[in-house]
Amino acid sequence: MSTSTTSAPPPGTQDPPPTKTTGGAKRPSARRSWRRALRRDWQLYSLVILPLLFFLVFRYLPMVGNVIAFRRFEPGGSILGEQWVGLRYVRMFLSDPTFWQVFRNTLWLGLLTLVFCFPIPIVLALLLNEVRRTALKRFVQSVSYLPHFLSIVIVAGITMQMLATDGPVNHVLGWFGHDPIRFIQEPEWFRTVYVGSEIWQTAGWGTILYLAALTTIDDDLYEAARIDGANRWQQIWHVTLPGIRPTMITLLILNIGTFMAVGFEKILLLYNPLTYPTADVVSTYLYRAGVESNSFSYAAAIGLFEAVIGLVLITSANQLSRRTVGTSLW
Amino acid sequence: MSTVKTRPAKRPAKPRTSVNQPTRGYRVFQGVNGVILTGVVVLTLYPFLNIVARSFSGEREIRSGEVTLWPKGFDLTTYRIVINDGTFWRSYGNTVFYTVVATAVAMILTTCYAYVLSKKDLKGRGFLVGVAVFTMFFSGGLIPNYVLVTSLDLKNSVWAIALPNAISVFNLLVMKAFFESLPRELEEAAEIDGLSTYGILLRVVLPLSKAVVATMILFYSVSFWNSWFQAFLYMDRTDLMPVTVYLRNIIAGATGASNAGATTEQGTQVAASIQAVTIVLTSLPILCVYPFVQRYFVSGVMLGAVKG
Repeated sequence: MSTSTTSAPPPGTQDPPPTKTTGGAKRPSARRSWRRALRRDWQLYSLVILPLLFFLVFRYLPMVGNVIAFRRFEPGGSILGEQWVGLRYVRMFLSDPTFWQVFRNTLWLGLLTLVFCFPIPIVLALLLNEVRRTALKRFVQSVSYLPHFLSIVIVAGITMQMLATDGPVNHVLGWFGHDPIRFIQEPEWFRTVYVGSEIWQTAGWGTILYLAALTTIDDDLYEAARIDGANRWQQIWHVTLPGIRPTMITLLILNIGTFMAVGFEKILLLYNPLTYPTADVVSTYLYRAGVESNSFSYAAAIGLFEAVIGLVLITSANQLSRRTVGTSLW
Repeated sequence: MSTVKTRPAKRPAKPRTSVNQPTRGYRVFQGVNGVILTGVVVLTLYPFLNIVARSFSGEREIRSGEVTLWPKGFDLTTYRIVINDGTFWRSYGNTVFYTVVATAVAMILTTCYAYVLSKKDLKGRGFLVGVAVFTMFFSGGLIPNYVLVTSLDLKNSVWAIALPNAISVFNLLVMKAFFESLPRELEEAAEIDGLSTYGILLRVVLPLSKAVVATMILFYSVSFWNSWFQAFLYMDRTDLMPVTVYLRNIIAGATGASNAGATTEQGTQVAASIQAVTIVLTSLPILCVYPFVQRYFVSGVMLGAVKG
């Protein structure tokens, strides 16, 4: 394209932000080359104006907007709040018993999701990989992706229908002489219901990346293993699993990063006041506190706390995996 | 799917038989594997087929749990109720409208940004990539977003749905990877022929990128079609809600009714069959296009994973 003929900028000068006058470019040469880049590529730069505006307004402004966690916000007032109140709202939620209950629920659901929803796609991908008949393999895959394409509202609706007192699950329980269970109304069932529907919805889709990783494993490795006398299991253990390890670790880090953000929308759709004791998580609580009860600053403080934990989790998981296995996201 | 090729693609299955005859144990494993995968298929499909069967069944048969895979006591009353409900059709129309507008906005913004990011020697490119990628790991959170959309006065307008999610960074990276793979010579030739950057993008790059553009339209439209929370948050008026919110209200109403107790068992049941019908009608468009589009999704996801 247009820039290829003129000298490319040296690697070190790529960092300063693309503001032409006030940018951090101290050295005159850097500034001049910015001016030249702008003159030459102004049409390209003009294309990024709207997308940059989008990121600025709808992604970065809300990050800044979190200051209302430390300022008193009044509906209709400035979105950055009216006056500083320090850690008032933080102290408020730390001494709020409901907060600690929803915090425990979040950890529980996050942990269960990680333990069950992370390994299942791996196992499924390994099983699919052993299927030799392509048509069968395709069919199983197509079917298992299907729930991923449905709206979360539909998934929640189907879950409730299946688990209704007169639904198929209770009907099967009836065959064994079991009394119907009110899955949707009993707090002790919520975790099972949530994790189960999560597996139903995501397991098939989760296999895609693993199947892709499996195709990149070199056939010669299997052949060498066979010549060395490895049986099927040994081949899986020593060739297949190490082959998909980078993918596994990447996805594990990502999963850990979203640990705190457990399926907010799905919980909002599936829970009800009867199941709050186990179903209410940090994000649903802050939704009720913020949007339904208008305590924006209080809810923002909780949200900020949640986001910081998420960031700490993903950064430390990333560090840990870089140190121990040498794979990391950045 | 079709893109996930099995290993023997480049080499026929010869080595497997010559070096390592499938043992009896492996054959048993294949059998067990088949049973497990059949189980997966049944568990995934059954809830659907059951809902479809319920939607055509009579109330009494649903209540007694007779309905499994085939409608019992065939009854179209519920379909008639839902189809004659003006609110249902209005929300269906709203969904179509929101999906079209939001997808159009998203495509314009994503294409522009992805095209610029694909210029490897553009000054400031690293910064522009960073601006986008950082938002994958950190976001403002629900409350600041809500306050922002409210104070921009976007409530009860299509922009509350279209603008806050106008660029998905994942889609952006997929598109950028595709643009990077285009031969640069074509663009250079077009430049020599006197086309401006806009001209190159519109007349050379985009016509060459029909595949990725179609895939992105698909990604965005399915996600906007399926979304409900934005509308749930920002659409206060019933006549503005999309069909997902309509369905959610029916589900929420039904739980309310079943909470109310056994006295309204009849009422709950009607609500349950209405739920089934609404679920079927709402997922119908997705189910119709699904067989044709899913392979694009799969290849898109893998492209994003490999090159993102």
